[in-house]
Amino acid sequence: MPEQLLQFLATGVTVGSIYALVGLGFALIYNASDVVNFAQGEFVMLGAMTTVALLNAGLPLALAGVVATLLTALVGLLLERFAIEPAAGASVVSTIIITIGAAIFLRGVVLLLWGKGFHALPPFTGDAPIQFWGATLLPQSLWVLGITALLVVLVRAFFNHTLLGKALLACSFNRNAAQLVGINVRVMLRLAYALSAALGALAGILVAPITFTSYEAGVMLGLKGFSAAIVGGIGNPMGAVAGGLLLGVLESLGAGLISSGYKDAIAFLFVLMVLFFEPTGLFGHKTAERV
Amino acid sequence: MKDRVWSNILVSALLLAGAQLAGAAEPIKIGSFLAVTGPASFLGDPELKTLQMYVEDINARGGVKGRKLELLHYDTGGNAKDAVSFSKRLIKNDNVDIIIGGTTTGDTMAVIPDVEKEGIPFISLAGAVEIVEPVKKWVFKTPHTDRMAVAKIYEDLRKRGLTKVALITGDGGFDKSGRQQLLDLAPQYGIAIVADESYGNKDTDMTAQLTKIRPSGAQAIVNFGLGQAPAIVTKNMKQLGIDLPLYQSHGVASKTFIDLAGEAAEGVRLPAAVLVVAEQLPGADPQKPILLDYKKRFEAKYGPVSTFGGHAYDGLMIAVAAIERAGGPDKAKVRDEIEKTRGFIGTAGVFNMSPTDHMGLSLDAFKMVEIRGGAWKIVE
Amino acid sequence: MRLLGFSAFAAGVALLPVLFPDNYFVTVVGVSAGLHVILAVGLNLLMGYAGQISLGHAAFFGMGAYASAILTTRYAWPSLLAMAAGLLAAGLIAWLLARPILRLRGHYLAMATLGFGIIVHVVMVQATDWTGGPDGMAGIPPLNLLGWEIDSDRRWYGVVAATALLAIWLSLNIVDSRIGRALRAVRGSEFAARMMGIDTTRAKTQVFVVSALFAAFAGGLFAHQQAFVSPDSFNLLVSVELVIMVVLGGMASTFGAACGAIALTLLNEGLVVFEDYEMLIHGALLMTVMIFLPQGLFVGLNRLGRRLWIAVLSRHGSPPQ
Repeated sequence: MPEQLLQFLATGVTVGSIYALVGLGFALIYNASDVVNFAQGEFVMLGAMTTVALLNAGLPLALAGVVATLLTALVGLLLERFAIEPAAGASVVSTIIITIGAAIFLRGVVLLLWGKGFHALPPFTGDAPIQFWGATLLPQSLWVLGITALLVVLVRAFFNHTLLGKALLACSFNRNAAQLVGINVRVMLRLAYALSAALGALAGILVAPITFTSYEAGVMLGLKGFSAAIVGGIGNPMGAVAGGLLLGVLESLGAGLISSGYKDAIAFLFVLMVLFFEPTGLFGHKTAERV
Repeated sequence: MKDRVWSNILVSALLLAGAQLAGAAEPIKIGSFLAVTGPASFLGDPELKTLQMYVEDINARGGVKGRKLELLHYDTGGNAKDAVSFSKRLIKNDNVDIIIGGTTTGDTMAVIPDVEKEGIPFISLAGAVEIVEPVKKWVFKTPHTDRMAVAKIYEDLRKRGLTKVALITGDGGFDKSGRQQLLDLAPQYGIAIVADESYGNKDTDMTAQLTKIRPSGAQAIVNFGLGQAPAIVTKNMKQLGIDLPLYQSHGVASKTFIDLAGEAAEGVRLPAAVLVVAEQLPGADPQKPILLDYKKRFEAKYGPVSTFGGHAYDGLMIAVAAIERAGGPDKAKVRDEIEKTRGFIGTAGVFNMSPTDHMGLSLDAFKMVEIRGGAWKIVE
Repeated sequence: MRLLGFSAFAAGVALLPVLFPDNYFVTVVGVSAGLHVILAVGLNLLMGYAGQISLGHAAFFGMGAYASAILTTRYAWPSLLAMAAGLLAAGLIAWLLARPILRLRGHYLAMATLGFGIIVHVVMVQATDWTGGPDGMAGIPPLNLLGWEIDSDRRWYGVVAATALLAIWLSLNIVDSRIGRALRAVRGSEFAARMMGIDTTRAKTQVFVVSALFAAFAGGLFAHQQAFVSPDSFNLLVSVELVIMVVLGGMASTFGAACGAIALTLLNEGLVVFEDYEMLIHGALLMTVMIFLPQGLFVGLNRLGRRLWIAVLSRHGSPPQ
């Protein structure tokens, strides 16, 4: 039983860190613009699918990954420039619908470019399972865990210690005030989308060897990433990571200890409970409402 | 691609104008609704491609009874609600003569009430046995049933002397129906189900379920599922070092599964239609030339063949033969002729339909295959 | 004005089947559009007027549908009674859920309703003995209105069109009532509304329940009309689609929501001929409309029309008022 429990936890943490990576992208854009970008899952899919295509075209994996990340960042930037920016001043819900439209659009583009098939990326360093105290992990899971941890540290450092990061945060707190102190809000927003898209693409490339990818892969990952970001407290990158891990572990424990069929229901029931007691998520800002 | 759409539109417009002028030589309309996108897309996609390829081919050779075939199809995305509205659209708006389609059991079952009410021959491409059992007047199907797949798996288990089995199935219609058959048939074959786990079809990790299965004392694991999930199950088993025989369903009989699961797929057994192992059949097998011909054509145009496109081929050919025998697309006559299909050699096997059997395949149409060296090998 | 709009709308709905008898796009698509109108108008009360988002509305739609499906096929209840039971169940669950869930705001509310929708969907898929699992339940008998069987597409068009109009009329009245005014105050500022002595929790709970009832009612009709239900019809994508209908048409406008529902139904039906291009076009259209008409189709086009009208008038010499 203890080994079993350990395996459930190992599984949960692996799956959870995937959710966390996607959630991080949600948090980034929300931080800069107060918009929840429902195309975030599609960035993840785009990163993985582009890498697959480049790999098939003969590029080595590392180079394909870098190019795919840059291309996805470009897509993020274009999305901000041509879909979000012209709608400045629209209500939050209208903006959400625009991002949903963008998600459907991106899925449609990938469908036309690369078809409906499932694709796998080769694992970065083989797939000989790693044993520890009776539980096993794939080397790729360690990559996911390691890079998630690294990105978390980087994102945190970016917002807390760099001028650019602080400027981004300022845009979220008060756009007009940010403009007044000389921050180019427009450039900041584009930057936020590009960064978040790159983050998503990176996540997609990391997890594709484990989860495979297809033009529809972003839907589920986007949903779980969104949940992670909200449970953790939207706008808090650390919260998104905690939320992702929590969700992953809950699903895994739910499947292992209670019922595998109902595991999603169990996980979301827990999420509801969290929100009922902490209405702004686990680590959300407790802001006062302006009247 | 874009050019093709426009040329399609242009051609259809011209055809329409032509048909109006010619009057008498109206095309025979074949309606289809398939899950070309969505979770069952790797079934629906080759089905559509096969229908398109062979309708084109038949028309190039002069059509049926001097009349061209016209294929009208809609993509359900595997959503039964869409299947219902598209079947209505086919029947009422497009006035098709026959329907060949219904990739998934859910799609098929959902449209049966309308099909029966309107009285239109319908050849389904979905698996579950409930489609033709009990027999419905207007409904036929070409793929093997999931019950046959389960029987084949259990026979193989019995041969190997394995009696304790763990099930792991997805949450889709195909998976759930297969699970039900696995549970129902187990006592007949003296099999004890020692674990029964499930997963979501879009899940990315099934190690929790497999970890739970490990201490259950199972001697073999059976996985019924579609899409990428069975490949993940296969990989996860290898990761956890669970060294039990793994049986998959006929739902993974496509090259994609082997590509996705990689080395972990070695040694996996599954019941499959002979299409994927056509080359290994003895030369005297009457199915062999048909299989090789279909395979050659499909692969020349679209890439690796899967058994699913074969079901569409069988459906279309049975329909065309019935229309020819009936002397035209009269719905009631065509239905009667489909029911009289005997000794039709298709990709799934030899079809012998009757008023009590609207599928007409026997268990030996299935072969137990094992994946060795990244390819299928017959193990019988 | 409101009465005029309603009458014009009703006349159009009634005329369609007369002008195009037995036309697929009128009877079959029309029924689907009508059900969507009921759903969107109900959701608009919650979203447009009370300012509360719901990403789980398909759950109530599904409860109504499954109540009808289960009670009529397994227990041979008469269809009207089954529908009533569905309304009761959905209303009760909405009422129980309203208090804890409507304390949440914005994205957290979206998350909670989404989670609720997913839980209900999982139950539909997993509770096979009750719901038939992912393959759903077939063989649901047609609606029986006191001896009158609704079993043809044209009859269904009549029933659904009438109930959709009723839904619009109800919504218009709710908006103009005391609750409606309270709701709009909640939307403006909940805090300020409370200061003015409005029982905001009560107002929000009421509208949540009403909105769930609209959805469950549509669900019951849907089950009897399709004669078949499966969990696919009530998943997250459906919930999202409903939100899109409301926003696309124009929030906080009953006619806007109805227009959005009809527009999206027609769009989905029309785009299928583009096959693989469907998604691309769907996504692009959605983005374009929201970018250029952020107020929604109904409000946006109305405004555009008015501006054109004024331009025409001023060219002919009569100054705009």
